[in-house]
Amino acid sequence: MSKARLLLGISLAALLVFSLFGESLVITRYAYYYDIFINIGINIILAVSLNLVNGYTGQFSLGHAGFMAVGAYAAASWSNHLDPFILNLLGGPQNGLATNIALLLSMSFGGLLAAIAGIAVGIPSLRLKGDYLAIVTLGFGEIIRTAILNTDFLGAARGLRVTGNYTNFFWTFGTAAVAIYVVLSMVNSTFGRGFLTVRDDEIAAEAMGINSTRYKVLAFVVGALFAGMAGALFGHFTLFLTPEGFNFFKSVDVVVMVILGGMGSTTGVIVAAILLTILPELLRALAHTDFIATSQTAIEAVLKIHLPPLQGLLENRLILYSVLLITMMLTRPQGLFGDLAGARRRVKSASHGHS
Amino acid sequence: MATPSLLQVDHCTIRFGGLTAVSDFVLEIGNRELVGLIGPNGAGKTTIFNLITGVYQPTSGRILFANELLNGLKPFQITAKGIARTFQNIRLFPSLTAFDNVRVAFNLHLNHGPIHALTRGPKFREEEKQIDHETMELLKIFNLDRFRDTMCKNLPYGDQRRLEIVRALATRPRLLLLDEPAAGMNPTEKGTLMRLIEFIQERFDISVLLVEHDMRVVMGICQRISVLDHGIKIAEDTPEVIRQDPKVIQAYLGEEKTPGANRRG
Repeated sequence: MSKARLLLGISLAALLVFSLFGESLVITRYAYYYDIFINIGINIILAVSLNLVNGYTGQFSLGHAGFMAVGAYAAASWSNHLDPFILNLLGGPQNGLATNIALLLSMSFGGLLAAIAGIAVGIPSLRLKGDYLAIVTLGFGEIIRTAILNTDFLGAARGLRVTGNYTNFFWTFGTAAVAIYVVLSMVNSTFGRGFLTVRDDEIAAEAMGINSTRYKVLAFVVGALFAGMAGALFGHFTLFLTPEGFNFFKSVDVVVMVILGGMGSTTGVIVAAILLTILPELLRALAHTDFIATSQTAIEAVLKIHLPPLQGLLENRLILYSVLLITMMLTRPQGLFGDLAGARRRVKSASHGHS
Repeated sequence: MATPSLLQVDHCTIRFGGLTAVSDFVLEIGNRELVGLIGPNGAGKTTIFNLITGVYQPTSGRILFANELLNGLKPFQITAKGIARTFQNIRLFPSLTAFDNVRVAFNLHLNHGPIHALTRGPKFREEEKQIDHETMELLKIFNLDRFRDTMCKNLPYGDQRRLEIVRALATRPRLLLLDEPAAGMNPTEKGTLMRLIEFIQERFDISVLLVEHDMRVVMGICQRISVLDHGIKIAEDTPEVIRQDPKVIQAYLGEEKTPGANRRG
């Protein structure tokens, strides 16, 4: 058995044990932190899968929220309409095993539809490069959102209630672990190095016999599949979906995680996903302390000016993101962990005794 | 030609809008032949490379490789048929190591795909090991094994050129197209390169089509030379004949304006 597969097995087993024995305790005692944890898991899935498209394959996609929306709404509709039958068959909604199977089915359906959307967007978009591809994927995200907004079956602007409260620690982080495993093991093979060649130099890649179309579509499909699954988990967690939750800014959230972590560095992207999920929460907490309010009055009194409310500035994550990104581009354009892989390789070759 | 030819470029013409870049070009390359393609700047040499490798499609004419029609095929399909190339301006994959640059070229003959990469079964691991081994062997032949884990953008210029050739060889070609491999090299390096090209041709038993500016390199190793000027083939013969050909000299040095004028001018 390969090391990667072993690692995946161990982490899944550990998650299962925690989910079975510790989860209800955490939910009742630390509900707020539990929420953040689940959000971290969902964001890791989103960021790691987008990293395959944007980072490893170099196709700049701004439509990840669109795929997430497809998955979320597909899973929600599936679950709302079919779960009564499925749960009846498996022993009722109180049966823990039944709800977990229901989640798996619903998640698979959401992921599948999102993957199909990935093919649909991937194939025509392949003729485009760079900014043009970004614009088309952005357009795709907006089309999905507008389509949902105008589909009565999906709740339109009223939003869609999701009945199945299924999302738990195991499935969230289990899916995250699988996403990480899939992306890493694919990239770390002779076949998977092809993704990087498409990013580096498409003409040279083709000249080396690499079918760049195949790689791009595959990246889009796998990326969309996991985005859809993340959407399904999100739906079964928040229990209420609105089209506005999947707007352009949701895509930007994920893109920022990928860029901040370092394009093509899975470790970096995971770290960035964790940081950027926690940071707004910390800032929200900070914004509501007396310290900020008193500081504001103090500064205004001393300088005799009116400041925009600091509280609002701190709570607005888009302001934070733009500051972070600008700082990042100026100081570390390759991202937090952008060159870690390269650094490790250099250490390795030095220790091999090569001159 | 007695031996059946490997590559046949059959009256190929390509136009970009109103510009005819290559006109009615004919070229045959036999098995294990080393052919040179020369011509002044802008004569259309690289365009012919791009025609053969499928980057451009000819406006008219056919290209045959081992009696198979290449027209309409995509570059990666043509590489799969057995034509590999290098680029005038080196196009390695900058974010990959020297090892990975060569390794990816094995993709063409890979029996495993994305699913196998996920399941990582014994067959997958065996094939990966085999590819690792073959990649290292190739790197060793060209003395590049010490750069195994070096990012290729950090390699010395000459080594980058060689690595690009190694990468092309890893696709197991029957015809290797070299686009100005001596560009930017000093005389010593050029000498090494000449020996290297001859070595490759013998060791891997392949044909080579060489585009080159440097006359010493082309004249030194090619069995036959085709000369291109303004998209039209003006001569094709052995190096000795080409050297004397007035049309070639004219294309390279220009026409004498007045009889008896200073030739150096």
